[in-house]
Amino acid sequence: MQNAKNIAFLIASAALLAACSTPVKVTEPAPVVESKPATPPAADTRAVAPVETKSIDPLDDPKGVLANRSVYFDFDSYVVRQDGQSVVQNHSAYLAKNQRQILIQGNTDERGGAEYNLALGQKRAEAVRKSMAALGVPEGRMEAVSLGKEKPKAEGHNEEAWSQNRRADIVYK
Amino acid sequence: MNKIKYMFVVAGAALSVSAQAQLRVEISGVGSNQIPVAVATFVNEGQAPAQISEIIKADLQRSGAFKIIDAGTVTDMNNIDYGAWKSRGADAVVIGTVSPAGNGAFDVRYRLMSTIQSSKLSQLDQQAPAQYGRLAAHRIADDVYEKLTGVKGAFSTRIAYVTQQGRSYRLEVADADGEGVQLALSSNEPIISPSWSPDGTKVAYVSFEQKKPVVYVQNLITRQRTVIANEKGSNSAPAWSPDGSKVAVALSKTGNTQVYIANADGSGIRRISNSTGIDTEPQFSADGQYIYFTSDRSGGPQIYRMSVNGGDAQRVTFGGPYNISPRISSDGKTLAYISRRDGGAFQLYVLDLETRQEQRLSDTTSDESPSFAPNGKYILYATESGRRKSLAVVSVDGRVKQRLTIQAGNIKEPTWGPFMK
Repeated sequence: MQNAKNIAFLIASAALLAACSTPVKVTEPAPVVESKPATPPAADTRAVAPVETKSIDPLDDPKGVLANRSVYFDFDSYVVRQDGQSVVQNHSAYLAKNQRQILIQGNTDERGGAEYNLALGQKRAEAVRKSMAALGVPEGRMEAVSLGKEKPKAEGHNEEAWSQNRRADIVYK
Repeated sequence: MNKIKYMFVVAGAALSVSAQAQLRVEISGVGSNQIPVAVATFVNEGQAPAQISEIIKADLQRSGAFKIIDAGTVTDMNNIDYGAWKSRGADAVVIGTVSPAGNGAFDVRYRLMSTIQSSKLSQLDQQAPAQYGRLAAHRIADDVYEKLTGVKGAFSTRIAYVTQQGRSYRLEVADADGEGVQLALSSNEPIISPSWSPDGTKVAYVSFEQKKPVVYVQNLITRQRTVIANEKGSNSAPAWSPDGSKVAVALSKTGNTQVYIANADGSGIRRISNSTGIDTEPQFSADGQYIYFTSDRSGGPQIYRMSVNGGDAQRVTFGGPYNISPRISSDGKTLAYISRRDGGAFQLYVLDLETRQEQRLSDTTSDESPSFAPNGKYILYATESGRRKSLAVVSVDGRVKQRLTIQAGNIKEPTWGPFMK
């Protein structure tokens, strides 16, 4: 009885953990196959179904510092602001310990031409890349690219929306 | 498929002309230089799926160069009463016949008669497969335009553009009048900067399907897609050389966006520009010897010109702090671009490269992506109306204006295709 309780508790914990690790990675597609915890056949009361827990990757912690992956920029500026420094530092520290590849996607607000904005978004991505390189992230694990004004996060046509769209996002591959 | 709606506006009062459901024409006194031409209903044209004479009239009207005189049906092509047409004010009369040619095809015969010379000016006999009835009509309009204005007509050319509705992006090809829409590419990620190969069979463009901008060339006939630039960083702004053998692109692989030239299959890529800032939006000059491009080397973006072999660049634009998206007319004499002046609006301008005379051609605020008609007489560009992105066409003298909208969503990134055989 005690065993069954424990197993039930473990299964519940596993489910909870699974729920906790639902993707922070907005850009990653949802996993197609989900493994279900094995339930023992009702007839066999002596069976033991093993459950394995994993430590949480801090990258997947929705409340952790790494959940913030956006660096914002002032109008007509391509310099990482003070409030973006911590984002750059946190991800650089994570990359120092973990062999991951990242894309840095630069963005602009909607004003002006598509191609010139693509080049301006590139400048924002490069600013973040250089900051991370200075903190020791190897160049081979970063790629700075631009989405220009093509993928606005905020759809409005005012300064509030524009300030959300002057941005570089760190995307883990 | 979305229907594109054309709206034609010429400065001044408006006179509505009857047209198909999706076509609305508003036009007014363009001035004394409109050529009065009578267009007759073609004999038996009801047998063909396309309304030949209506398409011809709509094309000529849209050009702003003609005053259309309705002519009914002229049944006897061999006995034209020139005096009667002259007294109705027509300098020329367009007449023709349609007859079935088997397998759903049609023979379309057209004659252009001059009431001034009392003689035939031109003729064209075509056999049109059923699906190319409109094309046959556009070719007649091209001939009328050329014979009466001395400039090659561009009614039978095509345009490409991108529509966006939510996360659905479509690269489409349509006739220059917005009809006959064909889907070339659909994607859930943005598509920008389509550019026609000079033979009109391929389009280069930038697709974001790999989470970053990558340059593709797509064969419109075979659907074959070739990645021609996918270097580390961003790859964008493709432009064909006039002979179709090269494609210029903008790449950020060195850490700043610079201009490169590659063979049309992406091989043999070499860097052309050399600055520490942004160099992008390359465009070949009409003779293929120079590259016009946008650079921020002087601070804000301006248009420069350099040899296709690189080297020093000369600044071309000086009006205002922001000039982007250079496009060169096929005769090499006119530069179209987008400029932001006082007030912050982004507007279409042209610069006469010989006289340095600059002219603003639009009064909208968010213009983008100009492209010349292959005859150099019109410029197609993206603009905005009521927060929806739409397309517009303006004559290079600024007098004739047209607008294209679709029923839902945005339409943007237009580019006018070349003359085709």
